[in-house]
This record gives sequence, C-alpha cells and structure tokens, in this order.
Amino acid sequence: MKINILKFLGSLALFLAFVTSSVTANAGTKDDVIKKGSLDCGVSQGVPGFSNADASGKWTGIDVDMCRAVAAAVFGDANKVKYQPLSAKDRFEVLKSGQIDMLARNTTWTLSRDAGLALEFVGTNFYDGQGFIVRKAAKIDSAKKLNNVKVCVETGTTTELNLRDYFKANNLKYEAVSFTKADEAVAAYDAGRCDVYTTDKSGLAAQRTKMKNPADHTVLPETISKEPLGPVVRGDDQNWKDIAAWSLYVMIEAEELGVSSKNIDSMKSTDNPNIKRLLGLEGDTGKSLGLTPEWSYNIIKQVGNYGEVYEANVGAKTPIGLARDGSPNQLWTKGGILYAPPVR
Amino acid sequence: MIINFIQWSKKSLFSNWWNSLITLFCIYLLFLIIPPFINWAILDATFSGKLKTDCTAGGACWVFIRVWFEKLMYGFYPVENIWRINLSFIIFIGTIGLSFFVREKYKLYILFFLIFIFPFIAFILIRGGFGLTIVETREWGGLALTFILAIFGIILSFPLGVLLAMGRRSEMPIIKYFCICFIETWRGIPLITVLFAAAVMFPLLLPSGTLVDKLLRVAIGIAIFESAYVAEVVRGGLQSLPRGQYDAAKSIGMGYWQMNFFIVLPQAIKTVIPGITNTFIALLKDTPLIYLIGMAEILGIVNMAKANPYWLGMAVEGYVFAAIIFGVVSFILSSYSQKLEKKFSTENK
Repeated sequence: MKINILKFLGSLALFLAFVTSSVTANAGTKDDVIKKGSLDCGVSQGVPGFSNADASGKWTGIDVDMCRAVAAAVFGDANKVKYQPLSAKDRFEVLKSGQIDMLARNTTWTLSRDAGLALEFVGTNFYDGQGFIVRKAAKIDSAKKLNNVKVCVETGTTTELNLRDYFKANNLKYEAVSFTKADEAVAAYDAGRCDVYTTDKSGLAAQRTKMKNPADHTVLPETISKEPLGPVVRGDDQNWKDIAAWSLYVMIEAEELGVSSKNIDSMKSTDNPNIKRLLGLEGDTGKSLGLTPEWSYNIIKQVGNYGEVYEANVGAKTPIGLARDGSPNQLWTKGGILYAPPVR
Repeated sequence: MIINFIQWSKKSLFSNWWNSLITLFCIYLLFLIIPPFINWAILDATFSGKLKTDCTAGGACWVFIRVWFEKLMYGFYPVENIWRINLSFIIFIGTIGLSFFVREKYKLYILFFLIFIFPFIAFILIRGGFGLTIVETREWGGLALTFILAIFGIILSFPLGVLLAMGRRSEMPIIKYFCICFIETWRGIPLITVLFAAAVMFPLLLPSGTLVDKLLRVAIGIAIFESAYVAEVVRGGLQSLPRGQYDAAKSIGMGYWQMNFFIVLPQAIKTVIPGITNTFIALLKDTPLIYLIGMAEILGIVNMAKANPYWLGMAVEGYVFAAIIFGVVSFILSSYSQKLEKKFSTENK
C-alpha cells in the first residue's frame, strides 16, 4: 500500500500547491475579467497577419487587435490582454473550460460550430476564402481552366474537401499532392512538383512571399469557399457576447463615418449626430453594455478603426500585401460586405 | 600513417567487389549532400544583420536565429527575469558537475538534493513567489521549457518507475495487479492522448472555479506516461538478477526494502542504464508534442517565429537549429550514460 499512499500524498500536495483560482463560467464574464485585471484572449500559434509575436514578444495582427479592442472597451486600456496561443485542435475546449475569455484565432464561422459547441460567434472580422495560385508562365487566368493539373494541398483540412468539391462541381480533373504541413506544400509547389497550390487567400498571399520569385506567381480571381473568420465567446453570457460584437462593429462604423485614431479628438467637436453617438457623447450606449461612456472612444483611439487595423496587419504595405479594394473586406459603401448595425 | 590507412581501407572498405561498390556509392552520396549543405549553411550564409532583407547571399539566413535567439531559449519569459532561469540551470549543471569530484558517500546527498530539493528551488526561482515576481507558466517557453519538462519528467518518472517495477514483481496480489493495470494502461495510450486529456479534458471535469495550472497537468501527464516505460525497463533488470542474490540478501536477515535498495536495485539498474537512457532521450524528443496543446517549447517558438510576416520562409533555418540543439542534448545524455555504464561495469574484462 505504501506506493499508493506515497503517490496519493505526492499528487495531492502538488495539486494543492498549484491550484490557481478565479475562473467562473456562470457569473458575468465581464465582472470576472475586471476582477482579474486582464483579458485572457486565445490566439493562434502564429498565423501571418492574424496573430503572431515578434522577436520582442509583442503580439500583432487583426485577431490580436480584436482582443485589444475588447480590452479597451472593458478597461479603457488596450494593453490589458494576456495572449494564450492555442492550436487548432484545443481552441474550443480551452474556451469552454473557461481558461480564456474570448477566442480570436482565425476561426471559421460554421453552423456546426456555432450551434453544436455551446459557443457564440460574435461577428466576422475577416472574410477569407480558398483560392489558387499558379505560375504566370502557365498562362491560366481562371480557376475554370484548371484541368488535368497537379494540386499541392495540406491534408486533413477543409481545404482538401473544398478542392474536391470544386473540381467535381466543375467537371475538372486534378491530382492532389498532399502534405501535412503548409511549408512542405509550398516548397513542393515552388520546386515545380505541382501546377497549383491552394489554401485560404490570406494564406496564399503570405506563402507567396516564401517563394523564390514571388513575382512569377499569380493568384487566380476565383474564391471557392466561404471562410468568415471571427471572434468566439462562450454561449452562456449574452452581455459579454454583446461587448465583443459591438467592439467589432464600432471599429467598422468608425471607418464608415471617417473617424480614425488620428482624427478622433478633433471629431469630438462635430455636429454629426451619428459620430456623437459613436463616440458616446450622445445617448447611453455604454450603459446598455454595462461599460463606461468612453468605451467606444477608447477602442478607436487605442486600436483604430477597421481600415487602420486592416492596413497595419494585412494591407498592401505589409509583407502579406492583401489589397482591400475588390475584396469582401471593404465597407459596404465601397463594394465590400462590411456592414455594422447602427450604433444608437 | 598513410600506409596504415591504405591497409585499413583495403581491409574494411574495399575487401571485395561489392563492398567496393557500396563504398563508392556512399562516397558519391556524401559528395552529393555535404558540399551543397556547407555552401548553404556556411559559405553562402548571412550571419549579421537585423532583418530578413539583410539576407541576400542566397544561403542560410542565420540572422533569423540571432534575432529570435532570446525567444528560442526562454520563450515569452520576461526579459528582466531571465537570470532566474539561468540561475536554476547553473545550479542544476553545477550540482551534476560537483558529483564528478566529491567522494562516493556524498553522492547520495547530491542525488537526494536533485530529486527532492532542487525541483522546489527551481520552481520558486522560475515561477516566482517569496518576494520574486510571479511569472505565469503560460509565459514559459523555448529551450528552457524543453529542459523543464524533460528534467521534471526524468526526476519524477524514475522513482515512480522503479516503484512500479518492484510493485509488479511483488507477491501481494493487490499491489501486483494494480501495478500491472497501471503500467499496461499507460503504455497502451499514445502520449498525444495523455497530453490532450491533461490539457483539455481534465479542466472540464473539475468544478468550475478551480483550475490546476496547465503546464503542471501536462508535466505530470508526461512523467506518469514515461514512468510506465521506465518500469518495464527496470523490470527487465530485476528479472535478469539470479535468484541467488535474493536468497543471499534474505539469508543475512535483510527485509524487503533493505534487500531491494542495497542488493537488488543497484545491480538491476546498472544493467538497464542503456534502456533507461533510451527512455529519457525519447522523453526529451517527445516534448515538442506540447505544441499541439498550445505550448511553445523550442520547436514551437520556431513555428511561431517563422509565421511572423516579416520572417516568412525561414522554416529550414529554424528546423536545422532545433535539430542541432536536440542532437547535441541527446548526444550529451547518451555519452553520460555510457560513462556511467563503464564506471559501474563489474564484468570481467
């Protein structure tokens, strides 16, 4: 019996020594977050432009700015975020068990995830979709002309399934060359083992920079799948969901109204009632969410409007270089599909 | 010298026509592999600079490793506290180094210190408390985390494994069958399942409001998993001992624990040093699996660094660097074990 007792005592001692407190799923997430003093935000282990750390340990990216926006709304300080890198496999369980308050990890919004996991998708902060990249020398200008080609693809992903569906639906023939890692798939494509490489378009742009001569390749215009990426929260807290959702909407609305982190202070003297409501100078949007009246001001001032966030992380001037015009990630007034409900 | 070499190569490389063919083929393979690698890794490589754009020579971009070096070593551990990790490892290496110089009877104290006291010192140093700022385990990472997990795993799984091996050979049925069940269950589960269960499922089973640190759950999971393998290796050693050793120990009036600790285990463990080293090297090389549950040891940091938009395309440099580190550490482990083997060898030569 000695073995049992020793082991039991040992594990009990360790257990008690490291039990850390204060994660509750049922009380208001907002109150928990305020009590903790920081927002625990689940991000990726490195997806270019969405969430990645630099060599000094600072996190940047579109998803990271979503975390920062919520922190700015709750604390008035966008830096009160603790980032928790998560793999694609453990992200939902970590959120459900309350180890993080919010998940911003380029997660595709689908019915089964929304309805089946007791989680709540709060909106879409990036509309992605699967595309193809080919060599310019191949003189292919449309995915419809991809017949009898070899396609490099990562195995075990929805990418592979979308590829199959698309070629079947269009009566085209292809041969998949599967790899377990994106790096391998790209290297194989670059080495000429395939005619086409396919993944989400944001990924295509990032992968292209790895190739020997990025200018020799072109991304085909077709988008063959819908990948609306957005933040996720637990489904048991309506108030917290609203805070996350409206943090996103405020950034989109601010861009539509021409308010940015640079001009926001001069905008305070505006007569435009929409802007006044957006900045919390009129109405009580903060009160409805249980936040201070400055919540929206803090988001725009510290994080920026959607356009600023986009350009800083994935826009044309970054290595990712995703042009915004003509993509869905443009305001509805400019031909995109970003549309925020009115802030009033 | 040269004549010796010619004789040697005639004898061992070109003794007949097909051996000659194999030798020539191997030389050709080396010729294919080594010069391009040296070109890439050294001659055409870029060593100085701060940005990816500084790498224009066409070879390896070691700037990547230089810029990310601190993260590769320590993860996101706060820079101003890195001395605490360094101090822990200096204590560890120092203690092991000391054991080479002290007399035999003090070595037991050193072992005791390493197993029972050092983990707590290191834990307090690295995590904080007692006046030191707390650094949460989520900020741990890099090579330091690899070592923390491996050392914790070794220190915990070894005694546990020995106890399990003894339990499995026990004559008391409850203990015996408990140990058999325990060992076979843990050996039957893949490590990745253990990690997922520890990281993801375990918190769902706890009452809300309590949360055991994720790293601790994972570290205990790895240690228990490895202890089952250690147990089987040690059991092999126990079974190789002739029955006479047990009888002799009993006949001079030793009890169960005395017999095991003074007669049986020292001889049994001595014979299974290679097997145990094997298990520990496997443990070290299993640590990168924690990437799948969101933790970043050295390979995880490589993966994270190469996803930075300003450092895209640095996968090969990162992986080569990680491979060298793992190679060196595994080599040190195995040469240390060979040294131990020689030292404890009582075979007639």
